Amino acid sequence: MKRIFLILAALTVFVIPGNGNSVISSEDHSVISSEAEKSDIDIPGIIFGHIGDDYEWHLLDTPKGPVALPLPVIVRSKTSGWHCFSSHHLEHGAVYKGFHIGESGKVVEDTPDGEVRPLDISITKNVLALMLSSLLLAVLVLLTARWYRRHDVLHESPKGLAALMEPLIVMVHTMARENIGEKDYRKFSPYLCTAFLFILLNNFLGIIPFFPGGANLTGNIAVTLVLALCTFLSVNLFGTKHYYREIFWPEVPGFLKPIMPVIEVFSALVKPISLTIRLFANMLAGHIMILCMVCIVFVMAEFAPVLFGSMTVISVLFGLFLDLLECLVAFIQAYVFTMLSSIYIGLARANE
Amino acid sequence: MNLVTPDTGLLFWMVVIFALLFFILARFGFPIITSMVEKRNAAIDKSLKDADEVEALMVATMKEHDEMLAEIRREQSRILKEATDAKNTIIAEAREEARAEREKILSEARTQIAAEKESALRDIRREVAVLSVSVSEKILRDQLSPEAAGKAYLDRLIAEAGGMSTDIKAEENAN
Repeated sequence: MKRIFLILAALTVFVIPGNGNSVISSEDHSVISSEAEKSDIDIPGIIFGHIGDDYEWHLLDTPKGPVALPLPVIVRSKTSGWHCFSSHHLEHGAVYKGFHIGESGKVVEDTPDGEVRPLDISITKNVLALMLSSLLLAVLVLLTARWYRRHDVLHESPKGLAALMEPLIVMVHTMARENIGEKDYRKFSPYLCTAFLFILLNNFLGIIPFFPGGANLTGNIAVTLVLALCTFLSVNLFGTKHYYREIFWPEVPGFLKPIMPVIEVFSALVKPISLTIRLFANMLAGHIMILCMVCIVFVMAEFAPVLFGSMTVISVLFGLFLDLLECLVAFIQAYVFTMLSSIYIGLARANE
Repeated sequence: MNLVTPDTGLLFWMVVIFALLFFILARFGFPIITSMVEKRNAAIDKSLKDADEVEALMVATMKEHDEMLAEIRREQSRILKEATDAKNTIIAEAREEARAEREKILSEARTQIAAEKESALRDIRREVAVLSVSVSEKILRDQLSPEAAGKAYLDRLIAEAGGMSTDIKAEENAN
C-alpha cells in the first residue's frame, strides 16, 4: 500500500508541473490575447483537442510553432486500395494522395461523389498510447511473473516490482473468488486481472499531462466498449443452463412468461452498455473538469490583474484538487468495472 | 458528436491489442503469480495451524510439568514431616533412656552410699566398743583404788554408753 501512495504522490508531482506550465503559458496567451483583441482563445478547441483523438501526437508549443510527433495513417480507399503514409503530409488541411482531414477531424477521401470516409485503421494518438501502455503493462506483469519464477515464494517476501503488483493482482483474484465462486473463478481471474490493470494503468497515464501519458484512452468510448464487450462475451458464452432458463423461461406466473424474456434480454444487453458508459463518462468528465480549471487562467487573462491573479490561484488549487480526485477516481473506476464484471460472470455461473 | 461514436480504427486496434495483451498475460503472467501466492497462503495457513498445535502441546506439557512440580513439593513436605517425626521420636526415646539410666545410676549410688555408711557405722561401733573396753579397763584400774566418787562416775559412764548404743541402733533403722 505504501508504494501505491508513493505512486499517487509521484503522479501528483507529475501533474502539478503540468498545471504550472499552463499558468506560465497563460502569460504568453495573455500577451497574445491583448494583441489579438481577445479573440483567439478557443477554449472548446483546447479541451476537445486534449480529450479527443488525433492523427499526430501534439507534444508541446514552442515560439517557432507546435512540436508534434507524426504518426502513420493507414487507410483503405474503395477505389485505390491500401495507403500508408505519415500524418505530416496532412498537416494544416493539406491534401495528399487525394486524402485530407475533413471537418469531423477524420481523414476523408476526395472522390467525384464528394468526400467519402475510407476504411481507417491509422495509428492515431490513442492507438499509439494503447500500444505503449499495453506494452508497459505486459512488461510489468511479465517481470512480476519472472520474480515469482526465480524466487522461492515460501522463504522470501516479494520485493520491488513484485511487491507493487502483488497486492493489486491478489485483490482482483480474491474478488473473483468471492463473486464467481470457488469452482471456476480461476478461469475468469486472468481476464479480470487484465481488465483491472489495463484500466488502472490507462487511467493513471491519462492524468499525466505529457508524452507518453496524456492520451484520453479510458475516456474514449471505443476502448470502454471493447472492454465491456469482453465482459459481455465472458458472461454469455460461459452462462450455465440455469442462467439461460432464468432469461427465457423464468419461474414466474403464467401471464408474465412472455414479458420476462424481453426484460431479461434487455437487462443482459444494458449491462455492457452501462459498463461502457460508466467508465467512459467518468474519465471523460474528470479530464474535462481538470482542463476547464486550467482554462480559467486563459479566460481570465483579459480581465483586471487582481481578478486574474486571484482566479489563477483558485484555478491552480482546484486543478490540484481535481487531479488528486482523479487519482482516486482512476482507481475506483477500475475497481468498479472489475467488480461488476466479476458479479455479472458470477451470476451467469450460478447453479440453482 | 464524435465523442460518443466509437471510432472504427481505434475499435479495431483495441480488439487486436487487448486480445494479444490478454493472451500473453493470461498465459505467462497472472497464473504464475496467483498460483505462487496461493501456494504461499497455503503454507502460511499450515504454519499457523502447526503453531497452534505446538502451542497446545506446550500448554499441555507445561500443565504436566506443573503437576509434577506440585507432586514433588507434596513428596518433599511429606518426607520432611516424616523426618521431623523421626527426629522427635529419637529425641524422646533418648530422653527416656537417659532418664532411666540416671535413675539406675542414682539408685546404685544410693545403695553404695548406704553400704559405705553401714560399714562406717560398724567401724565406729567397733571403735566405740574398743574404746569402752579400754575406758572400763581404766575405770576398773581406778576402782582398785577405793574412790567412791570414781565408782559413781564409772556407773554413769556405763549408763551413757548404753544410751549411745540405742541411738546408733535407731539411726540404722532410719537408713
